[in-house]
Amino acid sequence: MTVQASGKSIKDVFDQISTAILNFFVSILDWIFGTLQRWIGIGGMPYVFVLPNLLIFGIFILFPMLLNFVYAFTGGIDFFPDQRPFVGTANFEQLLTCESFLDPNTCREDLFWRAIFNTAGYVVFQVALMVVASLVTAVVLNRKIKARGFFRSVYFYPVLLSPIVVALIWKWVLQENGLFNGILVALGSDKIPFLVDAQWARFWVVVISVWAFMGFYTLILLAGLQAIPADLYEAASIDGANNWNTFFKITLPLLMPSMVVVLVLSLIRAVQIFDVVFAFTGGGPGTATLYLVQYIYSKGFASPSRQFGLAAAASLIMAGVLIVLTLVQQAARGEEEGVR
Amino acid sequence: MSRIMEFFTRTRGTDKLHFTDMVTYIYLSLGVIVMFGPVLWLVLSSFKTSAEVVKFPPRLLPYRQETVVVEGYEEALPLYTVTLEDGTVAQLAQIRRIGLERQLIDPANPEEIIKARLEESEPVESVSFNLDNFVEGVESFNFARYLRNSVVVTVFATLLTLLVNSMAAFALSKYQFRGRTAIFLVMISTLMVPLSVVLVPVFLVITKVGWNNNLLGVIVPGAATPTGMFLLRQYMLTIPDELLDAARIDGASEWRIYSQIILPLSRPALAVLTIFSVMWRWNDFLWPLIVLSRSEMFTLQVGLNSFQGELNVQWHLILAMTVLTLLPITIVFGFLQKNITTGIATTGMK
Repeated sequence: MTVQASGKSIKDVFDQISTAILNFFVSILDWIFGTLQRWIGIGGMPYVFVLPNLLIFGIFILFPMLLNFVYAFTGGIDFFPDQRPFVGTANFEQLLTCESFLDPNTCREDLFWRAIFNTAGYVVFQVALMVVASLVTAVVLNRKIKARGFFRSVYFYPVLLSPIVVALIWKWVLQENGLFNGILVALGSDKIPFLVDAQWARFWVVVISVWAFMGFYTLILLAGLQAIPADLYEAASIDGANNWNTFFKITLPLLMPSMVVVLVLSLIRAVQIFDVVFAFTGGGPGTATLYLVQYIYSKGFASPSRQFGLAAAASLIMAGVLIVLTLVQQAARGEEEGVR
Repeated sequence: MSRIMEFFTRTRGTDKLHFTDMVTYIYLSLGVIVMFGPVLWLVLSSFKTSAEVVKFPPRLLPYRQETVVVEGYEEALPLYTVTLEDGTVAQLAQIRRIGLERQLIDPANPEEIIKARLEESEPVESVSFNLDNFVEGVESFNFARYLRNSVVVTVFATLLTLLVNSMAAFALSKYQFRGRTAIFLVMISTLMVPLSVVLVPVFLVITKVGWNNNLLGVIVPGAATPTGMFLLRQYMLTIPDELLDAARIDGASEWRIYSQIILPLSRPALAVLTIFSVMWRWNDFLWPLIVLSRSEMFTLQVGLNSFQGELNVQWHLILAMTVLTLLPITIVFGFLQKNITTGIATTGMK
């Protein structure tokens, strides 16, 4: 009894103290902003409210974006822009000069082109697999099933894991003496060097990123499926439509807007793939899984001679691609809202 | 068995078991294995001893060799099941190993030394979840330091994000002022360009401000997320302006309106942004990787990555540290899974 009573009073005291402290700060802020308002008038207050955000945004997002152009058009190895000589489009020329655009070996900056080809291949396979996997999963989850919430969470769980954790989980499963090779040997097959063979490494990078992100896209598609009115399905079944007909004639067309959102969002993210692969293969074996962002990172930060100009020029090229993709997405979104 | 069949058939109402229901549940069960299997495998492996971790073929559960304390020997001796020459099977303790031969004794009769070849003996093992990897890992990996850094970054960055974004969202949703549309458009348009394409200049700005190897350099720059500001603004637009006017007539200052009316009413949107911000910051890798280069300032993610680079073979420690890193987010997800999934489904962002 006494323990309970004293425990409660301690909590009360704690509550009182924390409320007092909070009130103290609130009243200080009240006083500061009240005085400010008397000084600049009510019309100035919105600027006060927007200022902190604008400062951080301007200094750390907007200004660097503009500065990126300075880096892209200047050369040398100096880091500070005022010491960098203007070189015009030399950085872009170095990146884009190839004898044959189909063969990275003939390019002046062959790593850049390897990264482009790797990224393009990755994007195609990853997006295709992602759309199919999340569509199938969303359709399955949309059926009358037990414990839908649980299964939805199962597919979503990896989305929350950090890229580094995802990479380490799969590295552990796929390593030479790992689970998969254990199963292969138990089935009477030979070990496969999943992380040493270039094609296998590329394959697993695609699988892992689909594994890690598909829950997110499944949620979007599931929301789209649930927005399809039920009476459409009733009408179809009265007309004697079978499951396949219903799916291809009703579900898929009505789901199209959500599908486009998923397609473009996954495209934008696939182009930017970096951290999972950085921890999983480090770009290897060789340059088999070297993608664009890692190329930029290694030019600017990891290579012994830091070529900031090349890194900035490459990021501008990538930003161009991303802006085009985003505009497509905006158009698709507008279309989706139009349908609804 | 009939119960299980009943469970399946019930889902389709009056019909008998339909093959599509079978396919559905097979797909979902496979999904559970594919999604949880690798994580479970990692967790189980993290309890294995360093010797067990490199063993091939790997076993599902962590085992530990049984030992016995025999009088006359200082250390506990490992136990082996040995087939003796007369065909009987006995559990013997090994005192030493010479080449392909073990020298063993019977714990009940320690005087007599029995010799056995390696292939005639099997270690006596039992399932055991030992925590040695976690203890050793925490000591050698500086886990406490990285954890502290990650917690500091996540907590303060989330608080700052909520404050700064809600203030801006309030201004942009509830006032008419010069430059409002311009500010809004500029912010929204930068949504298109992710951090990964401005790495170099961002690093310059951080250097100029002097926030290299400073957690502030990780906390502050990401706080003005256009996504978060947009989310809050859309929510605040639904709060009726009459409430604000009534408060103004009662003599409330603009700050009071923001802190006493707008913030409490925006609680659902603030909750969604809190979840997102915690997720972003806890898992963030690229930004801290660039800003932090001294290892005592590393966050968990950066620390874990450099740890796997420098100790490429010490899997038993890496496994334990990975489990500790994924634990907090898994616990949060366990409690808030419904809020998280619906929050993401309704806002369509991650």
